[in-house]
Amino acid sequence: MAQPLVKKDDDGDDEMDYSPFLGIEKGAVLQEARAFHDPQLDARRCSQVITKLLYLLNQGETFTKVEATEVFFAVTKLFQSKDTGLRRMVYLIIKELSPSNDEVIIVTSSLMKDMNSKTDMYRANAIRVLCRITDGTLLTQIERYLKQAIVDKNPVVASAALVSGIHLLQTNPEIVKRWSNEVQEAVQSRAALVQFHALALLHQIRQNDRLAVSKLVTSLTKGSVRSPLAQCLLIRYTSQVIRETNNSQSGERPFFDFLESCLRHKAEMVIFEAARAITELTGVTNRELTPAITVLQLFLSSSKPVLRFAAVRTLNKVAMTHPLAVTNCNIDMESLISDQNRSIATLAITTLLKTGNESSVDRLMKQITNFMSDIADEFKIVVVEAIRSLCLKFPLKYRSLMNFLSNILREEGGFEYKKAIVDSIVILIRDIPDAKENGLIHLCEFIEDCEFTYLSTQILHFLGNEGPKTSDPSKYIRYIYNRVILENATVRAAAVSTLAKFGALVGSLKPRIFVLLRRCLFDIDDEVRDRATLYLNTLQGDDSIGETDNDVKEFLFGSLDVPLSNLETSLQNYEPSEEPFDISSVPKEVKSQPLTEKKAPGKVPTGLGAPISNPTPTVDAYEKLISSIPEFSSFGKLFKSSAPVELTEAETEYAVSVVKHIFDGHVVFQYNCTNTIPEQLLENVTVFVDASEAEEFSEVVLKPLRSLPYDSPGQTFVAFEKPEGVPAVGKFSNLLKFIVKEVDPATGEAEDEGVEDEYQLEDLEIVAADYILKVGVSNFRNAWESMDPDSERVDEYGLGARESLAEAVSAVINLLGMQPCEGTDVVPSNSRSHSCLLSGIFIGNVKVLVRLSFGIDGPKQVAMKLTVRSDDPAISDAIHEIVANG
Amino acid sequence: MESCPSIKNILLLDSDGKRVAVKYYTDDWPTLAAKLAFENSVYTKTHKTNARSEAEIIMFDNHIVVYKFIQDLHFFVTGGDEENELILATVLQGFFDAVGLLLRNNVDKRTALENLDLILLCLDEIVDGGIVLETEASVIAGKVATNSLDGSGSFSEQTISQALATAREHLARSLLK
Repeated sequence: MAQPLVKKDDDGDDEMDYSPFLGIEKGAVLQEARAFHDPQLDARRCSQVITKLLYLLNQGETFTKVEATEVFFAVTKLFQSKDTGLRRMVYLIIKELSPSNDEVIIVTSSLMKDMNSKTDMYRANAIRVLCRITDGTLLTQIERYLKQAIVDKNPVVASAALVSGIHLLQTNPEIVKRWSNEVQEAVQSRAALVQFHALALLHQIRQNDRLAVSKLVTSLTKGSVRSPLAQCLLIRYTSQVIRETNNSQSGERPFFDFLESCLRHKAEMVIFEAARAITELTGVTNRELTPAITVLQLFLSSSKPVLRFAAVRTLNKVAMTHPLAVTNCNIDMESLISDQNRSIATLAITTLLKTGNESSVDRLMKQITNFMSDIADEFKIVVVEAIRSLCLKFPLKYRSLMNFLSNILREEGGFEYKKAIVDSIVILIRDIPDAKENGLIHLCEFIEDCEFTYLSTQILHFLGNEGPKTSDPSKYIRYIYNRVILENATVRAAAVSTLAKFGALVGSLKPRIFVLLRRCLFDIDDEVRDRATLYLNTLQGDDSIGETDNDVKEFLFGSLDVPLSNLETSLQNYEPSEEPFDISSVPKEVKSQPLTEKKAPGKVPTGLGAPISNPTPTVDAYEKLISSIPEFSSFGKLFKSSAPVELTEAETEYAVSVVKHIFDGHVVFQYNCTNTIPEQLLENVTVFVDASEAEEFSEVVLKPLRSLPYDSPGQTFVAFEKPEGVPAVGKFSNLLKFIVKEVDPATGEAEDEGVEDEYQLEDLEIVAADYILKVGVSNFRNAWESMDPDSERVDEYGLGARESLAEAVSAVINLLGMQPCEGTDVVPSNSRSHSCLLSGIFIGNVKVLVRLSFGIDGPKQVAMKLTVRSDDPAISDAIHEIVANG
Repeated sequence: MESCPSIKNILLLDSDGKRVAVKYYTDDWPTLAAKLAFENSVYTKTHKTNARSEAEIIMFDNHIVVYKFIQDLHFFVTGGDEENELILATVLQGFFDAVGLLLRNNVDKRTALENLDLILLCLDEIVDGGIVLETEASVIAGKVATNSLDGSGSFSEQTISQALATAREHLARSLLK
């Protein structure tokens, strides 16, 4: 390690840094350490040498094993000195040198002597050093002293012993657990920090004993905790107890009074800890939130940045789940946009974006525009993501939000930032049909001046998919062809493919596209020429039969019907020979389980590659999977795939989840199975489904899974026939059947003989919501009015006693499985009535719109008026039936 | 969040982002290179801000860093992103004020290096293995100072050594001119 300070004085100017360590060298200092062996110890000089050694270590210098040992032995000599200052430095360097076990023995006796010294400072430090360097065997020898130290009347000694106990609990839990009586006593200490350390240790000793923790909390919350730090700990333990009690029944939450009283503590640290604990309670109600939000709001206008940051960060989290609870703070939050601290400003902006209502969007966007220019990219990405979700929430505002995104797209920024913007625009185009043309033009303009090849190619691909479907595809051609003229080879090749897609899909443009493609034949790059040649020759199948035309398109632009990873492996295994590579030899079964990855609910999938025609990319992936199985090919188009439902408890021998695939006249259950036992290989895995409680369903296909090795998930399928287009419901009980073979863990080989076995799974239900697709509309009122009023069906329902209005609203939304529109799924706190707008597509491609009006009266009785319009009046009735039965 | 509040590191850097004294309590930065990279990014992200009157705060890479500057010294305390920011700020304030007391309000890089032993002892008294030991500046300074003050006549000796240091410095300067 060169000394940075040495370099400094090379420039030789008067202002140079003076440092007492100027020109220090490891070798020289090690020489100086010989002074430790001097019979007449010079305490001051020795201290200085130790400081120099510590300085070297601190600057990142390392000592070799030999050097460290030498220094360590020399240092042990210094215990002879009576100088307290030197002794402190000795303690310090022993900890830094972290001697090995055989070396520790040398200092043990000296340290044990110090542990029983009359000087408190010696006792405290010797305990800390000894516990740091000791191993288990020595611990039993000193245990007696440590127990005494815990209840020592000197708080420094007690704290040293307690903190050492916390560290030792990791390595020698059985010993430390024997100290709990002493620790218990120390919790009652009058010294603030002793109490804190004792509480921390006591909790760690008992953390696996729920009852003991609960008792501890009960006794301490009655008040006797003095230190703010200890109080913070107590708040954490209390919320742990609350979480584990989890009585979801309405009524008073235990210990909530305690948390609330902490909001009036005099230390800000405690107030904040309590406020945060309240906001993080599971299923926190608005009434519980209010006092916490109020103190956080006060913090927002504090003069201390740390306090403002803490408050706005917590409110930001609250805004994700309870946006309306935070709206009271919006005025304070807006003033934070101009905060000196950009972290605070960014958090304030994103919170505002989450809590804002439709009318405030425009004003907010104006403020953000000024703000964006002076923050770092990482903050900008956060803002872009917040704007994206805002736009999805208020589709009517897409124009101003899309404009904002396109404006920032033109400004300076790094790759990650630009990618976040482009992804956002793509998602908006996908989810808000009205925004499509506008968004595509913005993307076109962006690639005119885009320095990132990756983004250019992704956008070109996306244009090729979407552009031909717009009302005027020809206007994109210029942008695309410009890329062929101006860009690098990778982008040029992508542009050629995009041009070809336009040519293939838009008949009227075909001749003009061909002119452009012919020019590409003279490109200097092989790939570009090859692509142009391929497209020209295949697409030129002039005015021949329509069927071949379709074949060509399928060949050029259709998706490969094999998983890419499988194709990759097969290609790698292919050895060059006379025999050509046969794509049909690639296995179609999906090996890994990317499909069943649980998507966080409400999380918007990102990425340019995601197809646009489907509301979620998973459906597309499922569709590919299902259509690759010949038995299911006759079922027609996949209507909907549910999210995976777990059929086993967590951490059981076999983990099974099911995905329900709904077709017009069929239902397919996809069982995703994982074998979690390394010693077993499962073969011929099937699920035996008992459909006796689902009369309208009859089993038609059973597709077993040939083998299920340890920890590599596989799928088995069961298909049922049901009356066409009818939303039949029913309950299915499942039994996993398989042949189990023992596997030798050493060799990984399975035995030849297997045993038949079965495993009970949980039941599975097909409900009405499975037949409705969540599809939003951008303008509910227009869509509503364009529907035939004759299809309207109105009725009123009593929903009985509900915990809150919000709970009733979400229950109905879940029952129908429809998409809430215009953010109406959020119920303002304390409101007595609420309207909710839903849209969806019923099986058979029937569009359905629903208006719900809720009212709540005194004893929490909720009444609901349900108005349905749809393309087919029969479906309107069906929706009412679902609600009536639900 | 059931765990005890914990400190990941305490850094004392100079106004160029170079180490004066640092102490790491966790394995989040296993190598020297990782530590230096962290110090560098902390420094570059914060050195333009004004953290002189009130402690400032920044969050990045799942860490929360609270910091405060005086003269050419930058004080930092780092915790995890779930940590109570105010606890970190209290530790920072304790460290900052204790150093002020120990250096008798001459808080700058040069004095800090001259009294590096005090700074290191101070770090040792604030946090032990990530657990907060003490946050009250006067108590911390008191614990550190007992060593240097009640030792055998260290008061006079200290003044002599200070005089020597000053003389040495003057000599160095005159030689360089």
